[in-house]
Amino acid sequence: MREVLIISGKGGTGKTSLAAAFAHLAGDKVICDLDVDAPDLHLSLKPTHQRVEEYFSGNMAVIDSTRCEQCGICLEMCRYGAISRMDDAFQVDRLKCEGCKVCVHFCPAEAIDFPQKHCGQWFISDTRFGPMVHAQLFPGQENSGRLVALLKQQARELAQVESRNLILCDGAPGIGCPVISSLSGTDLVVAVTEPTPSGRHDLERVVELCAHFKLPVGVVINKFDLNSRETSSIEDFCLEQGLHLLPQLPHDTAMTEAMVRGQAITEYQSDGLAKLVRRIWDEIMDMAGINRTA
Amino acid sequence: MRIAIASGKGGTGKTLVAASLAKVWDGPVMAVDLDVEEPNLHLFLKPEFGRCEEARIEVPAVDEDRCTHCRACAELCQFKAISDLGRVLLTFPEMCHGCGGCLAVCPEKALMPSSRLLGEICFGQAQDLRFLMGRLRVGEAMSPPLIQAVKRASDGFLPGAGPCDIIFDAPPGVSCPAVNAVMGCDATVLVTEPTPFGFHDLKLAVEAFRPLGTPLGVVVNKAGLGDQDVFTFAAVEDLPVLAEIPYDRRIAEAYSKGKIVAEALPEMRYLFRGLAVRIQGLARPALKERRYA
Repeated sequence: MREVLIISGKGGTGKTSLAAAFAHLAGDKVICDLDVDAPDLHLSLKPTHQRVEEYFSGNMAVIDSTRCEQCGICLEMCRYGAISRMDDAFQVDRLKCEGCKVCVHFCPAEAIDFPQKHCGQWFISDTRFGPMVHAQLFPGQENSGRLVALLKQQARELAQVESRNLILCDGAPGIGCPVISSLSGTDLVVAVTEPTPSGRHDLERVVELCAHFKLPVGVVINKFDLNSRETSSIEDFCLEQGLHLLPQLPHDTAMTEAMVRGQAITEYQSDGLAKLVRRIWDEIMDMAGINRTA
Repeated sequence: MRIAIASGKGGTGKTLVAASLAKVWDGPVMAVDLDVEEPNLHLFLKPEFGRCEEARIEVPAVDEDRCTHCRACAELCQFKAISDLGRVLLTFPEMCHGCGGCLAVCPEKALMPSSRLLGEICFGQAQDLRFLMGRLRVGEAMSPPLIQAVKRASDGFLPGAGPCDIIFDAPPGVSCPAVNAVMGCDATVLVTEPTPFGFHDLKLAVEAFRPLGTPLGVVVNKAGLGDQDVFTFAAVEDLPVLAEIPYDRRIAEAYSKGKIVAEALPEMRYLFRGLAVRIQGLARPALKERRYA
């Protein structure tokens, strides 16, 4: 089984549009959206949920004012500034509470409850391109590498049961917790960038992170014709770092037109961008050693 | 006045808006990059950096001689950062959230404060503009503590020139890092694009940020592209559309060259000046409330 992950560092470079197209082109696979904060892949794939699970992670402190003796120890010990005193009542700010349990443990009146946090939902769904594992955190929750790991585990089990040979993952922007979590077990990283100072800068950081985990990286430069100088400087960087340059894509509104219709670019058209995207996918299959299934 | 430039979806133009706003802002202003995983604002404002400070988080170190393996620390730790193997107490500093619980609970004082590098905070100046950014160490998983450290630094970074307005470039998304960035601001500008992805993530952003009580406004980037859903949503939700940046290849090209759009295209200068005035109007009531609180 192979796992391919599409990331970008910088948001909005076209990750998800490409992931939708690859989901269309790939043979036997499980599709997995690992952006659990602001996922978008489902907008193109329109999944029907087969299984809906609640996601609980960590706990949060809740002060019971009837038991509270107002000693103020919790306020003093909280490192996150989550506890405040409002007219003789101590309160926990839900958004600031880290769930560390320090206040619960040290409260002499045992007045602090510590319920589990309901952070979101995850789904196993059917799409026109095959099964999909995805999730949605409730807005404002801790962006969780744990949920990303859970989704990957579910995708692997599903792939095993249905003997599918590929897990195709759409990742989150950035280089923090969710991205680090999404790298584990990955065979190939496809980094999508654009020829702008931000695109290059963020690619460099993503590549550094992948090097840290010794993962092979293929790079797609999207909108390459926006700035030829910046494109060639990204090419130089890739050569220097020994990264494989995948075929590049020109700036083309067809990508957005396809998105507006809820289609993958390769469904929306057969020539133009779609042809190039097919070439990218062919090279990815070669790089990752994915068996071609008709 | 503190303004956050945020968005649910990444790559909608937060940094483009923040850089241009900082350049046309009336009066003393500081630009602060809180997208610490992928900070980009400096690539456009091109500040001269003065000092950079390390940002660290407290993690425990073990004094093996004192540890009696009572397991109190390992039982309290909610982040699996301490594990007692009977004869050895292992700490996993990368997992630690710095709550200090283990140090407080240890009856033998066998744990001492040590620290882990989160990243750096860099102070700079671009002509009249004060500049500050956080940059997460590659491999570090937790961005919220660094975001908070940068915000604290921005409160203290007023070298002689008196108070100034602050423009925060927030990280993308609607989870903990973005909420940390937006918290405590007088107005939040949500940058979106008129596409299904932009629309979906705008809805998430409104759901995440509205409970914070900060007035929200919308900037639609690449207007003319895509569809009308974001405009309909803004009208229904009573969100003011503060500006529409047209879909124009010249803007994308200027950005790709590291230029500030408000400087590269004259008509954009007017657009961003108008935006600045509208943002100030949006923030004024909250600002007043904060002053008299």
